[in-house]
Amino acid sequence: MHIVDGALAPEVLIGGGVLAVAGLGLGLRKLPIDKIPATGVLSATFFVASLIHVPVGPSSVHLIMSGLAGLVLGWTAFPALFVGLLLQAIFFGFGGLTVLGVNTVNIAFPAVLAGLLFRGMVSRSNPVTAAVLGGCAGAFSIALTTVFVAISLALSGDGFVPAAKLVFFAHIPIMVVEGLVSAAAVYLIAKVKPALLQPADPISDFQMQAAALRAKQAGEASNG
Amino acid sequence: MSHLFGHDQPLNVRAGGGQTPSFVGAFDPRVRVVAACVFAIIVVALHQIEFALGALGLAAITMSLTDLPLRVTLKRMAAMDGFIIVMLVMLPFTTPGTPMFTILGAEASQEGLMHAVLVGIRANAVVLMMLSLLSGMTPVALGHTLYRLKCPPVLVHLMMFTVRYISVLHDEYHRLRMAMKLRGFKARNNAHTYRSFGYLFGMLVVRSLERAERVLEAMKCRGFSGHFPMIDDMAFRRRDGVFAVFFLALIAALVILDRTYVFAY
Repeated sequence: MHIVDGALAPEVLIGGGVLAVAGLGLGLRKLPIDKIPATGVLSATFFVASLIHVPVGPSSVHLIMSGLAGLVLGWTAFPALFVGLLLQAIFFGFGGLTVLGVNTVNIAFPAVLAGLLFRGMVSRSNPVTAAVLGGCAGAFSIALTTVFVAISLALSGDGFVPAAKLVFFAHIPIMVVEGLVSAAAVYLIAKVKPALLQPADPISDFQMQAAALRAKQAGEASNG
Repeated sequence: MSHLFGHDQPLNVRAGGGQTPSFVGAFDPRVRVVAACVFAIIVVALHQIEFALGALGLAAITMSLTDLPLRVTLKRMAAMDGFIIVMLVMLPFTTPGTPMFTILGAEASQEGLMHAVLVGIRANAVVLMMLSLLSGMTPVALGHTLYRLKCPPVLVHLMMFTVRYISVLHDEYHRLRMAMKLRGFKARNNAHTYRSFGYLFGMLVVRSLERAERVLEAMKCRGFSGHFPMIDDMAFRRRDGVFAVFFLALIAALVILDRTYVFAY
């Protein structure tokens, strides 16, 4: 799923970078300071997902769970997944620096879209329906990611078009697996902690923001 | 992996605690981050294989000036090459141009082969340079560096939280996995496996969120007001300036030569 440095055309890299910055800006604006711990811990959870290998046929794939990230985090999935990709690029050499923007858009934007599309319905339905919808969200976000990867490759040169098609078809089993795993995960969350799938409570948000603002106005340490 | 995000990682910015850093590791982290980014952008823009090889050589020299274990670094590069090998093998057959040889009725073109080689060299050069300049840093030091480079503080704090909790949650995952193993779970290709992995991950999400709530309450107890103090002692010294100028001159030479000089074949 990662594209590496050096393969894509400069126009695609720049476009991806601009879109990623825009998405990050939007995501960070929706991230009040008191949500940083929760978002950071969830971001770490989705990083750990990429270390979990699930058997598919004779081989195995690692989980991505971007659909679930979108369902739980909404727009803040964008910075959360970006952080994971940044750490992977710098410390493991997966993906690269110049393609970081493109990779982030390819993975985080489908996640956000899956969240926007399915979150309302998931929060209103019983666990079984929520599981089905969660599965759809998981498969949908992987499908869209592969389409995005294919588009970024195809835009960079006609020589990549067959590779782009191969990427799409090779990922169909992964979509199915992601869908099944996401469905089960959403079922469990809907049973155990349904609040996670509910939209954020605006009143408590406001109270936290106000507290932070008061602290700022009182001139308390904004260190650094 | 565990050495990077493990519990015992140094929480201060200086890596290794007391141990003298390598030649490259002694430069100001800010200079290293900017240098790696500039290098990546320039290398991706190179058009000629000879100069891309030059960039790879530059990365290899930088690598030799670090104290990173050679085998681990090469292994990471090989893992990255595994990602792209399919694409590179297909390129010669899908790019139109002068035919070179035929395999099973598919014609490989010279242009396609050259392009594939170029992409491969560029990718390896960037990854090698990035690993040598940056992976010697601790993730915490990277967070501080990005903060000093005026990245949005919210993003930096988010990254620091992520770094802190990756190892904690990885341990949690292993604990849950061990419990499954004790109950006779074995990963196979069936719906039961996928459902179990789904429950496992769902549980991980629920527990991590409960942990985050506890963390936030502890932070509020201690008067968290939206900022963490970032204590470090980054200093831009003379040798950092020299390194920056030298490095910039080298890669500027690479890109200018790449655009002006044409090898006569």
